Amino acid sequence: MPIKDYLRERFFPHMWCPGCGHGTVLNTLLHAVEQLGLDKKEIVMTSGIGCSARISGYVDFHSLHTLHGRALAFATGVKLSKPELTLLVPMGDGDALAIGGNHFIHAARRNIDITAIVMNNRIYGMTGGQFSPLSGLGKKATTAPYRTIDNNFDVVALSIAAGASFVARTTTYHVQEAIDIFKKAIGHKGFSVVEILTQCPTHYGRKNKEGDAVEMLAKYKSDTARIGSKALEKDPSLLGRGIFVNRDFPEYCEEYEKIMQVAMKEVA
Amino acid sequence: MNNSLKFVQGNEACVEGALYAGLEFFAGYPITPSTEVAELLSERLPQKGGRFIQMEDEIASMCAIIGASLTGRKVMTATSGPGFSLKQEAIGYACMAEIPCVIVNVQRGGPSTGNPTHVSQGDVNQARWGTHGDHAIIALTASNHQDIFSITVDAFNMAETYRTPVVLLFDEVMGHMRERLVVPEEEELPIVDRLRTSLGKGVDYHPYLPREDGRLPMSDFGADHRYNVTGLFHDMWGFPSNNPKVVKDLLHHLVDKIENNVNVITRYKEYFLEDAEYIMISYGSSARSAIHLAKNRRAKGERIGVLELQSLWPFPEAVIKEKCAGARAVIVVEMNMGQVMRQVKACVDRPESVFLANRIDGKLITPTNIKGLLRVIQGRGV
Repeated sequence: MPIKDYLRERFFPHMWCPGCGHGTVLNTLLHAVEQLGLDKKEIVMTSGIGCSARISGYVDFHSLHTLHGRALAFATGVKLSKPELTLLVPMGDGDALAIGGNHFIHAARRNIDITAIVMNNRIYGMTGGQFSPLSGLGKKATTAPYRTIDNNFDVVALSIAAGASFVARTTTYHVQEAIDIFKKAIGHKGFSVVEILTQCPTHYGRKNKEGDAVEMLAKYKSDTARIGSKALEKDPSLLGRGIFVNRDFPEYCEEYEKIMQVAMKEVA
Repeated sequence: MNNSLKFVQGNEACVEGALYAGLEFFAGYPITPSTEVAELLSERLPQKGGRFIQMEDEIASMCAIIGASLTGRKVMTATSGPGFSLKQEAIGYACMAEIPCVIVNVQRGGPSTGNPTHVSQGDVNQARWGTHGDHAIIALTASNHQDIFSITVDAFNMAETYRTPVVLLFDEVMGHMRERLVVPEEEELPIVDRLRTSLGKGVDYHPYLPREDGRLPMSDFGADHRYNVTGLFHDMWGFPSNNPKVVKDLLHHLVDKIENNVNVITRYKEYFLEDAEYIMISYGSSARSAIHLAKNRRAKGERIGVLELQSLWPFPEAVIKEKCAGARAVIVVEMNMGQVMRQVKACVDRPESVFLANRIDGKLITPTNIKGLLRVIQGRGV
């Protein structure tokens, strides 16, 4: 099916700023869905609040645009209630890991079959550029006019520690890799986390003098390396990309099915 | 032995009512004094193919039931004071996105952690106005376990009929006290099932376009119609809109669908009202003391009656105005600082003759407590 058939074309052009990476996230994600041959009516996309969350309005799936930080909690209800549905949950970095941090680690702990996508632009964009828990030390933001003194989370390490059974990182520069990772994450049975670095030239880039979208994308190329690569071995200061964890682990809805079997037998 | 005869806590009567009404999905978080609802459903739901999940917090529980409702299930969560506060944002979401769901609040003393193991009725106004913005809500209550059962069935029926969250406002005494319950036969009580659209695949479905009767047929997530659900103001397809007319019309719709049906939604019981000079208005466990006192005083020849409210929101103004028209005095019996009393004063002909008999110390108000005030009003001293 052509990619445009997965879109609600009447809402284009989209509302993201020129140079924003979120359009690339949408593009790569839809290519992955298309290559997997998924039926649109099997997919529920649940999002929270923020620039990232608007992605759910553009896709022709069942779309659930929820509350700030709560997308995974809504998605958990949808998934456990109807496990045959495929749940895609794109979130912003503040959405997923500040206000939604508790839901994030607990969804990972349950290993419920949901694909969580952290669209990490290291900033609160929709409210105009405040620092997020992924901005990192020494950054400028409208609420950090001097510099940030807050440490950032490592999304990959956090997800692994919390129990996610598939954890990957990619960027909007590496589009073929992103498509491949999304395909594997969606196909994986269990809680999958994909952190995708996505540039925000309007707020993060401007405040931190990282240049325009092209320069920010070039930085994703120069400052990252595939895990297991010689480049990363030579320079461990680079940020690793690729699939960090892909393990078989009992999935929550399947385990609940077993509980139901036992409970029904007891009554009978 | 008749299996339908039980000796149960109020929380269990609520569980029985919910299962009778067709509950299929429950998400919750442990909190006194509502925990038994979650405990019982963790056992009962999977036995009938339903699903139970203990979420990481109260917020997540509320969000999870909304998600599950969108797949076509009848859903419920249960909580108490602090948990009810945490759920408010998502309750507003369910109001805005018109998602049927039932929220049980077994009230305890507040504010804050308050008095977790003791009774209170201090959340009446929170049930009405807890979430931000103009909206309407349905809140129901009951004063005995048979009524808890049937009002719980009503709550599910109203949630489906009006596509709205419905609050069941019980209290610690009702939740934990044990008494007799007879579970009705199947089909004895009417059940309202999910109204689903009859439109087929490929036909433009409008999830937010009311039919002529005001109801909005739903389409389950996973079925043929793909639409958008949002907490933003939205058009008839569910897509965000800040068009002033869309915003105004939607807000009117959300409020009117409930406020215009106050007569249909109103539930109450009356005891000795025909010739009553003194009327006690009460609800929940405090109504038991009011009814007890009325029976005693009637035996002594006093013309005193009770109007027991079983629906608190939308507030049954017309019923109260009519029933209290001939009364010399109205005494609102409740365990808060006058939350229902203020509503009663606003709707009766003579607000100066409305009095409050309350208790706010965590103890159940007794017939003697009410009698003290009654004697003063009657001019018989203290």
